[in-house]
Amino acid sequence: MIPGAVHRFLWTEGLIAVRFLFENVMQTLLILAGIAGGVAVIVFITALITGLQANVIERTLGTQAHVRILPLDEVNYQPPPADDAMILLLDSPRAQRLRSISNWQAVRDMLDAAPDVQAVSPVVSGPALARRGTARASVSLVGIDPQRYQQIIAIAPSLVAGRFAVGDGHALVGTELARTLGLGLGDKLRLDAGDDRIAVVDVAGIFELGVRELDARFVYLDLKQTQTLLDLPGGVTVIDTTVDDIFTADRVAARLARLSGLRAESWMETNGQLLNALRSQSLTTQMIRVFVGISVAFGIASVLAVSVVQHTREIGILRAMGSSRKQVLRVFLVQGGLLGLLGSAIGAGIGWALVQAFNTFGPGLFFIPVPLALIPFAMVIACLTGVLASALPARRAARLDPAVAIRYV
Amino acid sequence: MSDPASRAVVLRLRAVSKTYHIATPQEHEVLHGIDLQLASGELAALVGPSGSGKSTLLNLIGLLDTPTSGELYLLEHPTRSMDDAARTRLRNEAIGFVFQFHHLIPAFSVLENVLMPLILRHGKPGADDIEQAQSLLADVGLAGFGAKKPSQISGGEQQRVAIARALVTRPALLLADEPTGNLDTQSADRIFELFQQVNSRFQCAVLVVTHDNSLAARCSRILNLVDGRFQSSVSASDRP
Ligand SMILES: Nc1ncnc2c1ncn2[C@@H]1O[C@H](COP(=O)(O)OP(=O)(O)O)[C@@H](O)[C@H]1O
Ligand SMILES: [Mg+2]
Repeated sequence: MIPGAVHRFLWTEGLIAVRFLFENVMQTLLILAGIAGGVAVIVFITALITGLQANVIERTLGTQAHVRILPLDEVNYQPPPADDAMILLLDSPRAQRLRSISNWQAVRDMLDAAPDVQAVSPVVSGPALARRGTARASVSLVGIDPQRYQQIIAIAPSLVAGRFAVGDGHALVGTELARTLGLGLGDKLRLDAGDDRIAVVDVAGIFELGVRELDARFVYLDLKQTQTLLDLPGGVTVIDTTVDDIFTADRVAARLARLSGLRAESWMETNGQLLNALRSQSLTTQMIRVFVGISVAFGIASVLAVSVVQHTREIGILRAMGSSRKQVLRVFLVQGGLLGLLGSAIGAGIGWALVQAFNTFGPGLFFIPVPLALIPFAMVIACLTGVLASALPARRAARLDPAVAIRYV
Repeated sequence: MSDPASRAVVLRLRAVSKTYHIATPQEHEVLHGIDLQLASGELAALVGPSGSGKSTLLNLIGLLDTPTSGELYLLEHPTRSMDDAARTRLRNEAIGFVFQFHHLIPAFSVLENVLMPLILRHGKPGADDIEQAQSLLADVGLAGFGAKKPSQISGGEQQRVAIARALVTRPALLLADEPTGNLDTQSADRIFELFQQVNSRFQCAVLVVTHDNSLAARCSRILNLVDGRFQSSVSASDRP
């Protein structure tokens, strides 16, 4: 069929549909309000949850690597059992001493070349006791390569005082630790990593990552000094990486573990509960969307069912004047589509306004990005829902016997 | 005047019966083997007692319903086995309907109501369509009424609009089911005059159901339906 003909016949259906909708303005406005309310809820909830999740993920992953490469745990050697022998084994697990990833330079180069890995940063990390005067605190020494580490966790923007400097006896401490030990910029901090390995460093900067645990325990040094303190000359204990798509981190980790023969831990593993929460949140949103969608569809269907009854005689007249069953069917499908389209346009507007209101007057805990891409999508879905919802009433209209319909009063 | 037999046959019914299934075992044959032929230019009145099957016959002729048996030829097309699309097209092209209760569509203006058969046929009406509709409105004495809504005009005026609407496609056959049944005598008289004018001007066949014997007497032919059968078909010229 040529496009002109399609255009022409939808013109007729569109005209009749619009007139029928306008004929009962109150009824049309009520159902439009219903659709708009539903779509507004869907748009707002979707935007809210998307914003919330993005925020939670950003906060969580802003202070940790996506995938961490670690040495394998040490286990006791068990000789293979002889044939037909049964072995009873009493195995006391070995203490996991701090140790380096063997040949970590090669692993780092492999990671640098891996396609789905973004940033790679070797780190040497271990426990120590920090002391200033008589105050003591247990800390975690983190020896970093500043350039590389910045790409994993942005420390420089989190500095509340001083500058980003490690090496040459400089250290960065968190706000909590600074408070506990009464540290200020330029103050000396004594670090004791045990076995008489002691260093005194200058506080060059104070950071606040927003995670209490980190702000209370992390002391950033350069690689070399940390290696000396932890008695791991030339070694690193972990390689931090970030990946392109955070939700594929578990798959990337599995692949990297296979490739390197080491242990690889993704953020998804270490934040199992968070991930679970995010997933059930998404599921809840999905369910809200489906059920609101269904009730909107039922609303449209019932209004159009009433409209078919109201217009029975007109349908008979139209048929007598040369309207086919299919044309009558389309008149009601178009009504459903129009209701969906118009209602969702209004609803999307309301949803957008709600998002703006939330961003402006809300608790201000996080910002919801304005879901502009969501709006045409919601409108198309609502339009299709309207057409589908009108299918049953439309079919009933098309099947009316014109001879009977015309006599209907 | 030429002999009706020599003119083009618009409508031909061959042994048309119609049975309604009221309930599964209950059947009600309303029309019994109707034979009828109508030529262009004929103005026929269909009379008969209430319940004799006049409306049923008109619905069959208007392709709103299908005969249970027999065949109905419209412009020589056999219609019984046509599908809905073909019946709709033929109905739109060949037939104009006028009903007792005017049956304008309230959501449309008078002019749009007149244009409706053309809109249903080919979408947005052209300038010539609108011109034709306006001139038909003028013909039925309603020039300048185009923008009004059906609810704003009287019953007689509504019926004139319905006649203009029925004529807008230049149908070969105009069907009217008690078009004056709901009007006062004066309006009824004028409507009937309009049918006579239309009949002689457009040379279309007109079949009018009426209760009014004085109106029927003004037709060239009277078809008397009693209990689903024609009693006698009298030609106006045969009468004394
Ligand atoms: N849709 C229908 N179903 C069953 N019976 C019908 C139907 N339409 C008409 N009838 C019956 O057919 C008979 C003729 O009706 P109708 O054609 O309306 O008569 P008229 O128009 O001559 O008054 C009546 O007995 C009526 O009850
Ligand atoms: Mg009747």
